[in-house]
Amino acid sequence: MSTHFKIEGLKAAIEGKEILKGINIEIKGGEIHAIMGPNGTGKSTLASAIMGHPKYEVTSGTAHLNGEDVLEMEVDERARAGMFLAMQYPSEIAGVTNSDFLRSAINARREEGSEISLIKFIRQMESKMKELEMNPEFAHRYLNEGFSGGEKKRNEILQMMMLDPKIVILDEIDSGLDIDALRIVADGVNSMRSEDRGFLIITHYQRLLNYITPDYVHVMMQGRIVKSGGPELAQRLEAEGYDWVKEELGIVDETVGQA
Amino acid sequence: MTHMSTQLSTPVSRQIVESLSQNKQEPAWLTELRAEAADQSETLEWPKPEKVRIDRWNLGALGVYKAQKEASLAELPEEVQAILPEDTAGTLLVQRNSGAVYRQLSDELKAKGVIFTDLETAAREHADLVKQYLFTAIPKDENKLTATHAALWNGGVFIYVPKNVEVEIPLQAILFQDDAEASFAPHILLVADQFSKVTYVDYVVSGSEGKSAPAVHHSAAEVIVKAGAKVTFATVHHLADNVIDLSLRRAVVDNDASIEWIIGDLHDGNLLSDTKSVLNGNGSTSDAKVISIGTHSQNMSITTQAVHWGRSSDSQMVTRAVMRDQATAIINGITKIEKGATKANGEQTERVLMLSPKARGDANPILLIDEDDVTAGHAASVGQVNAEQIYYLMSRGISKAEAERLIIYGFLAPVVSDIPLEAVRNQLNRLIEGKLGS
Repeated sequence: MSTHFKIEGLKAAIEGKEILKGINIEIKGGEIHAIMGPNGTGKSTLASAIMGHPKYEVTSGTAHLNGEDVLEMEVDERARAGMFLAMQYPSEIAGVTNSDFLRSAINARREEGSEISLIKFIRQMESKMKELEMNPEFAHRYLNEGFSGGEKKRNEILQMMMLDPKIVILDEIDSGLDIDALRIVADGVNSMRSEDRGFLIITHYQRLLNYITPDYVHVMMQGRIVKSGGPELAQRLEAEGYDWVKEELGIVDETVGQA
Repeated sequence: MTHMSTQLSTPVSRQIVESLSQNKQEPAWLTELRAEAADQSETLEWPKPEKVRIDRWNLGALGVYKAQKEASLAELPEEVQAILPEDTAGTLLVQRNSGAVYRQLSDELKAKGVIFTDLETAAREHADLVKQYLFTAIPKDENKLTATHAALWNGGVFIYVPKNVEVEIPLQAILFQDDAEASFAPHILLVADQFSKVTYVDYVVSGSEGKSAPAVHHSAAEVIVKAGAKVTFATVHHLADNVIDLSLRRAVVDNDASIEWIIGDLHDGNLLSDTKSVLNGNGSTSDAKVISIGTHSQNMSITTQAVHWGRSSDSQMVTRAVMRDQATAIINGITKIEKGATKANGEQTERVLMLSPKARGDANPILLIDEDDVTAGHAASVGQVNAEQIYYLMSRGISKAEAERLIIYGFLAPVVSDIPLEAVRNQLNRLIEGKLGS
């Protein structure tokens, strides 16, 4: 079955304050969707709410992945169903090595008794790390501890490549990356493009989209998708900024839930 | 049974101690030392560790001395078999309840003049050495606990490493208890002569029997580290929850000598664990690593201390504890730098990870500094498992239980992975798994 992910009427709140005010997106396998918008418009909240961050409360709506509502699942079940979120600020976990962590994540998807062999795992990890031009020693470093911003982002992409998800959400994966790292990360994402996989790329710069060409671009303001289009929309936003969108829609303050 | 309880309530008296010592044919000086300690124990007070009232614990259950027969390794109970070193290199000592049942020292080490036997035997066969050092690092009249222990200790371990001798393999001992009514009170005396080097490892555990009645394990370890010598002392405690574990350890460290402590307090019952390095020598060093896991309604007092007298002496202490259920731990780190100990450096860190809202953990770092020209530092923290970290791990498909397990292991890993002895690391991991899985 080819991948189909559909978010309908998603509303979410943090500490009682509504941030998402009804989001609708449909992503099919093979498609890349980009969500753009200025800071504070609810983009990262969308990513966190879909993945199930404990701070965010979904107040209504559904998010069906191949017919199953992931919003009804625990966070780990969502991941095992095929969801993957490359986080803007990945946690650092002392004492747990990157490779132990990744092996646990892979084995969590397998039946007891059919765990991935150590040799096979190491080979896979080494080859993916090479693709991402990561120092092999990062396999034995504690998870994200002492990693630079760029190293953390590459590590997120490494996890994506190892876990082979159906729906990938990249939350500001381009922030904190220099131009070389950006290209490496984009190459990693492009190598994962397939008919079975859909992408949702959240960014507020167009530059990432120079490397990863989206099929659809959505502009988010005030906790809603206010405009959708093709790749040309991203180019116009890069050239002219967001003011013309605000003007067109009569929006004065594009942010949501800001104190 | 009334007869037994009468004995238990007044276990220490000059008369009992003297007659026991004579029955065992101990040398007169030792009988006298025990008798004097018995007198002292009647008037001295129990130690008063910070925020833990050990005087409210059932400290009367000291048990009665029961003579032990020699045993072969195959005769030891299953729990002990599980921790038997794979390769003892012909060197192992086993104490069961009140006395040693197995002792072996390789011919190679004998030829080098190394002594490794139970302390009772050593007191008869190497009286000059034992008499010279016994109860010098831990004075018997320090408090009621030290006096009681001096009066009643049994079995034990004696290690002497001659000048310039380096012992390559760890000298290992298993001290186990499987009879709650028998007194179990090993005393460890380790003397490392000048420029010698030795590693001692012991496992203090319960057998499958004798878990019903309350019992007290009191032990003391005295480590004499002469100039230029290097001692690694690793000890792993995992007694059953009917046992109160009272364990004192003290090293006296001479010029350019060093002591390394590795302590796994994985006991299931109430615990008083106090480990102290007295850095007398210039350039002497102490490094202490302590890990602990508290479960159920355990009450624990864990103290690590360094006292600096020597110039340019250095002490490092790291304690990490995980607290579950309703367990309580008071963790003290005391760095004392005396006047004249110039250029001394003392660093300590205590960290507690709480897994339950009902658990309690206090970390008390204490620096007492009477000299200006020194450096010292401390860090302490008590925290819950971080919800953001759990979310991150779960977002990769890892279950909540497994995510917690990874974080707990990760919390202890910086101490465990630093332990230079693989066998000890493996035993610690096995016991940690057991305590976290129960």
